[in-house]
Amino acid sequence: MSKFKKGGKNELPPISTASLPDIVFMLLFFFMVSTTMREVTLNVTVKLPTATELSKLEKKSLVSYIYIGEPLRQYQAKFGVAPRIQLADQFANVSDISNFIIAEREARDEAERPMMITSLKVDENTKMGIVTEVKQELRKAAALHINYSSRKPAQQK
Amino acid sequence: MSKKMPEVPAASLADIAFMLLIFFLVTTTMDVDSGLERRLPQWVEEKQDEEVDVKERNVFVVLVNRNNDLLVENEWTDIKELREKAKEFMANPADDVNLPEKEPKEIPFFGEVMVTKGVISLSNDLDTKYGTYIAVQNELVAAINELREELAKSKFQKSYIDLDKEQQDAVRKVIPSNISEAEPKKRN
Repeated sequence: MSKFKKGGKNELPPISTASLPDIVFMLLFFFMVSTTMREVTLNVTVKLPTATELSKLEKKSLVSYIYIGEPLRQYQAKFGVAPRIQLADQFANVSDISNFIIAEREARDEAERPMMITSLKVDENTKMGIVTEVKQELRKAAALHINYSSRKPAQQK
Repeated sequence: MSKKMPEVPAASLADIAFMLLIFFLVTTTMDVDSGLERRLPQWVEEKQDEEVDVKERNVFVVLVNRNNDLLVENEWTDIKELREKAKEFMANPADDVNLPEKEPKEIPFFGEVMVTKGVISLSNDLDTKYGTYIAVQNELVAAINELREELAKSKFQKSYIDLDKEQQDAVRKVIPSNISEAEPKKRN
């Protein structure tokens, strides 16, 4: 009868996990290549407007960011709910922008300075008043190449 | 002499790699930054009338008010119609006297062509929503991009993005993108 049963000695061999590290490393390299580091912690909520005619920001090292939006809830007691400007990691006023641009410019190589881009990440419900003030400051600081950050609409028409 | 070195256990290698993987998943973002690229005009210290030598017919006035309504060339307009209007203005196919003048220019690949002198002027109220402003800018950029695409198709039988750099430059010169973001006027 027990032609196929050989006394329980022949157990299933365990699955080899020797290739598991290789698989995980492959995933790791994929994520290292395709993602970018987060630069700042956002203190304001930014919901970008949608647009279709987008151009990509090619060189991340040449881009400096200006965020405008409502402060997050934990900052609202101190800074109110009106849209505020965020430069690097902290809240700022319009008058701080020129210093920020100068600092950003100093941090780059001389050869790269003319190619610098300022990316405006502005919440879509912000009023234009504050944005216009920022734009005027950028013009004064001669940071003329700007990019209105926006995202693709969810569904294609 | 021939004492065998014990093998290094590789069982924990997977754990280490997982830890690294999770670290990268948490600290990085995947989104590619993209947006509408624009150039601001130079800052001029003294206020001077920029539109001295720009004729009325050469300016396409777009106003956005505080209720996010559009006034295009003194007509109330829906944002869906803006693209067609802007295209008609920049192309001026029938040489209408109310649409912008053209001047001949020497451009590689095209020879002497008539280039429009039209300028799109966009101004907004201080209370305009940023989302609306971007939507309007997007329509204007889209109008110019569509004209360039049509030109590239008819001249080179290729899409604009497939052209090489010199050809793209030439197309850009034939259809310039003159969008001026006027300074806001203070309400008195």
